[in-house]
Amino acid sequence: MTKIHVRDFDFFYGASKVLHGISMDMPDKQVTALIGPSGCGKSTFLRSINRMNDIIPDARHDGLIEIDGKNVYGGGTDAVELRRRVGMVFQKSNPFPKSIFDNVAYGLKIGGMRNRRQLNEIVEKSLTRAALWDEVKDRLQTSAFALSGGQQQRLCIARALAVDPEILLMDEPASALDPIATAKIEELIYELKDNFTIVIVTHNMQQAARVSDRTAFFMLGKLVEYSETKTIFMNPKQKMTEDYVTGRFG
Amino acid sequence: MTRRSSDDRFFRLATGAVAALVLLIVIGIGFELTRQSTMSIRKFGFSFWTGTTWDPVSGDFGARPFIWGTLYSSVLALLLAAPVALGIAIYISELSPRMLRQPLAYLTELLAAIPSIVYGLWGVFVLVPIIRKLELATPDFLKKIPLFKGPPLGVGMLAAAVILAIMVVPFTSSVAREILKNVPSAQREAAYALGATRWEAIKVAVGYGKSGIIGAIMLGFGRALGETMAVTMVIGNNPQVSASLYAPQYTMSAVIANEFTEAADELYLHALIEIGLLLFIITIGVNMISRLLIWSMKARANRKAISMPMLADEAVPA
Repeated sequence: MTKIHVRDFDFFYGASKVLHGISMDMPDKQVTALIGPSGCGKSTFLRSINRMNDIIPDARHDGLIEIDGKNVYGGGTDAVELRRRVGMVFQKSNPFPKSIFDNVAYGLKIGGMRNRRQLNEIVEKSLTRAALWDEVKDRLQTSAFALSGGQQQRLCIARALAVDPEILLMDEPASALDPIATAKIEELIYELKDNFTIVIVTHNMQQAARVSDRTAFFMLGKLVEYSETKTIFMNPKQKMTEDYVTGRFG
Repeated sequence: MTRRSSDDRFFRLATGAVAALVLLIVIGIGFELTRQSTMSIRKFGFSFWTGTTWDPVSGDFGARPFIWGTLYSSVLALLLAAPVALGIAIYISELSPRMLRQPLAYLTELLAAIPSIVYGLWGVFVLVPIIRKLELATPDFLKKIPLFKGPPLGVGMLAAAVILAIMVVPFTSSVAREILKNVPSAQREAAYALGATRWEAIKVAVGYGKSGIIGAIMLGFGRALGETMAVTMVIGNNPQVSASLYAPQYTMSAVIANEFTEAADELYLHALIEIGLLLFIITIGVNMISRLLIWSMKARANRKAISMPMLADEAVPA
């Protein structure tokens, strides 16, 4: 079943066009990886899905992105509401200068939840889902900045999960982490896809091959090839895709 | 030794010497103020801080009304200025259209360039009459509260606080703006991605820069403590410890400015210089606290370097 439906999507920063006619359908409760060389537009595309690009001045778009058949940029869609349904994890972990608990509870609190018991429950559940609970359960009131880089990134994932989104967008979530922390994040992605639709941008092709069900290869703002991950890596249709995944350029 | 490393050493020594000079000047000022007020320090000791009489004729000096006047007017100014300055900083750094940002920042900083005496004149001819009208219109039930007791003179604590607040706003807002500018955009993005509204994202940015913003407010406080001319012209120059906003009072810097030339005998002169010493100590203390707050903020935002404008030094009265 299609969760995210994209047709002829263009994106511009001022006069320069950075995405050219992207069309793709991302299935529900699967992991879709976006790969491609730096500057190919994959991050811009990812940020278009939850309208994070709205806050950039001089940015505009053309074409259609739908989630569950509803136009993301349509008049009836509120960007604030949308972002609660489409969570995001960034390249560099960006916890707030608050306690571990308050970081995870932030999204709930701005959503109006005040009930302490409910908050405790969801914070625990989110941290557990992000495979961080056991490491932090005795120090929920300490600053999030005291955690290691990998733990901070899992905290950011827990924070995104707490508002119970349907889709999780991940922008190179492990690129700033060491191999062990990276492996933990990948494991986590694998577990999360039972409940969430995940779109992940990555520079690491092994990572794309390991965690994703489908892979899209972007090049110079165009979608070159989009298919089952296996096909992209074993039997790509396009010469350019083959060259990229075999490391001949990139 | 290579030429390069000897250059390095020379450069380090030269800049080090200049830096040491600053420290030397501060120590020198402190030393000289103490030396020139020994007579008054010996005669009154600590009771100089607490005494309330200021009688040059009988040679009895106590600084409490002046310390009170300085602190009270500065705190009031702070209460008035902080929300306005923060509002300006938030508007310029977070909300205003890009094109307006520079001009607005420049205009607020222009306020800081107006000479103190000009503020004073404006205070005497414009602000004081307005405040007098306000005081005359005070409803009776308010007059029972100590805050609003006293004759409606126009000149007094309220006029001083308002004028100080106006003078402090550009300093506080430009430092606060700098702090907000240096809050990583990842913080705002994190908030937006969790469904924050623009206002909630701004609250996150302000929260991130909290200690720095408190530091900015304290810098403004330091500036208010030392401000002389404009306050002297509108505060009424009457040494009394009063909570009333309408009462004419006096500040430390104002008494020095007004009476320095009249101080005929030596004890009088020493007492005035000791007031200068107290002001020096209080201002340095306030500035140190505000610096510490800003440093703690910098240490937290360690990844991103923050260049802080050199405003703290101007807050030390010359």
